[in-house]
Amino acid sequence: MGVVRRVWRAFDDRAGITQILGPVLRHPVPKDARWYYVFGSATLFAFLLQVVTGIALALAYIPSTANAYDTLQFITHQAPFGRILRGMHYFGASAMVLLIGAHMARTFLMGAYKFPRELNWITGVVLFIVTILLAFTGQLLRWDQTAVWSIAVAAEQMGRLPLIGRALARFLLAGDTWGGQTLSRFFAFHVFFIPAVIFAFIGIHLWLVVRHGISEPPKPGRPVDPRAYRAWYQALLRREGRPFWPDAAWRDIVFGVCMAGAVVLASLIVGPPELGKPPDPTILQADPRPDWYLLWYFGLLALLPPNLENYVMVLGPLVALIVLLLVPAVSNRGERSPARRPWAIGAVFAICLMIGTLWIVGARAPWSPDFTTGPIPARIIGAATGPVAEGGRLFYDKGCQYCHTIAGYGGARGPDLSAVGDRLTPVQMTWRILNGGTNMPAFAGNLTPDELDALIAFLKSRTTRESPP
Amino acid sequence: MSGDHPPAGSGAAPPPSPGRREFLTRVSVALGALGAAIVAIPVVGFLLAPFLEKQSQVWRPVGTVDSFRPGMTVKVDFPDSSPLPWAGVVARTAAWLRREPDGTFVAFTVNCTHLGCPVRWLPDAELFMCPCHGGVYYKNGAVAAGPPPKPLPQYPVRVRGGQVEIQTSPIPITT
Repeated sequence: MGVVRRVWRAFDDRAGITQILGPVLRHPVPKDARWYYVFGSATLFAFLLQVVTGIALALAYIPSTANAYDTLQFITHQAPFGRILRGMHYFGASAMVLLIGAHMARTFLMGAYKFPRELNWITGVVLFIVTILLAFTGQLLRWDQTAVWSIAVAAEQMGRLPLIGRALARFLLAGDTWGGQTLSRFFAFHVFFIPAVIFAFIGIHLWLVVRHGISEPPKPGRPVDPRAYRAWYQALLRREGRPFWPDAAWRDIVFGVCMAGAVVLASLIVGPPELGKPPDPTILQADPRPDWYLLWYFGLLALLPPNLENYVMVLGPLVALIVLLLVPAVSNRGERSPARRPWAIGAVFAICLMIGTLWIVGARAPWSPDFTTGPIPARIIGAATGPVAEGGRLFYDKGCQYCHTIAGYGGARGPDLSAVGDRLTPVQMTWRILNGGTNMPAFAGNLTPDELDALIAFLKSRTTRESPP
Repeated sequence: MSGDHPPAGSGAAPPPSPGRREFLTRVSVALGALGAAIVAIPVVGFLLAPFLEKQSQVWRPVGTVDSFRPGMTVKVDFPDSSPLPWAGVVARTAAWLRREPDGTFVAFTVNCTHLGCPVRWLPDAELFMCPCHGGVYYKNGAVAAGPPPKPLPQYPVRVRGGQVEIQTSPIPITT
């Protein structure tokens, strides 16, 4: 053992490791910084997890438009540990998105962006944006059918930008349509460009954390005064500071290990997202959906009034970014405690509510036609022959059932028609079917008078009354 | 240049010549910028390549005239114009082709004009339906319901020597 110690001491003397790292690791932090301070380091651990699993995946994944899908099948079903690795990369991404949101909410609610940590916040916002970009490009690299159509959707959204829209759409697609370069470019973004930015900004972000120190937990009645803060903070640390390592860092380690454990457990139990159909743009049976962290935006795009769409799609993210970046400029002094900042609490609550409700509706997607529905069975129609039975068949054939539900069969786009016979007269039904309505096509061009009569007979019979009409 | 470095051990040293330092600083910065620019041009050029490349469009055969029944809307597939060899299945495009009763052909893009998802043709309902946000089109491509802002765009179609041909086109981007 003495030999090892001597070798280490000589090495450390030449390299200067403990001399440099020691003070950083043991720099004093406020003593009451507790568990809600772990989200920043947890995000970093999640990112490092992604880097490590990503590098492992890159050993087998070929980012060629023609081959990527097959190599992913190989990784998922044949390569040893491949399934778990893909799962870890997916759940690690989910963890990183969740944790960066938690970290952002925590620092915002506790006013940690105020003097002198404004730059921490700004570099953090940049990191947040590129994390979302990483998540989006990562789903594309799965290069299945959903990925291919997601690129088209993203290109269409770019296209809404004035003047440069069409050029930007072409930039995203790497051409007029999907081609050999589309995937390799997204791979370069996801693996090289964006991680380079992340590494650089994490470096700056951590340097700033060390420079300004961990912010003390805020107390009401203790506003930040830029003229006095630094001296006051140094005095606080001298009075009650504890060395970061190990007095505070142990919580980061525990939480980080638990997070990594949860990611591994999820990959073992749930497994990676299943690969969809091959990325063939001629397979039109497609149901493109973003991964869960963007489902709320998917819901937003579906529910936007059409005349607001361009503005929301273009200005929404831009305004959100500008607002985020301006937060320290607007309020870099004053009270930090959330107890004295109701607007801050309101803002976080409103954002969580918006994302939460849009997420729920995006997951259900009631606006999508139900292509999986099948003809209503005769026992529910209540007749096997005659106009009612014919109407029941037409209800499916003519496409009504994709958007309307009867007795649980059909889509949720339009009103449930299980009891429409109680609500509407035949004249009203006829008018609606022939002329259409908000978000309903007009079927006048596609129904003969006999077909219309049968349909009306069927719909009239949809009633909650005991006896048939 | 002499006189810059006073001999060791002397007392007050003469101030170093400012002109030399400034000159060296400027030259270093300028050379660094020049080097960065020389390296950056091809790198950025690669990044911006899609803005610079132009793809020409070609006519692709999709079947003989007689293989399409009048009044039926069918899906046809054809390869993109000049795909890269490693593009694989991605370099194919689909279209909805209909032979009208009067003999003319019309080809619709499969990309919904709302945000580009693929629309499906329902033959009995005679409607195109999009799975993403509820867009619906009539058989002539006009918007029947939902958020699409424009009718379904059409690809140029022609008949040459008994073959129906569709012209490849960029994915229609709604602006």
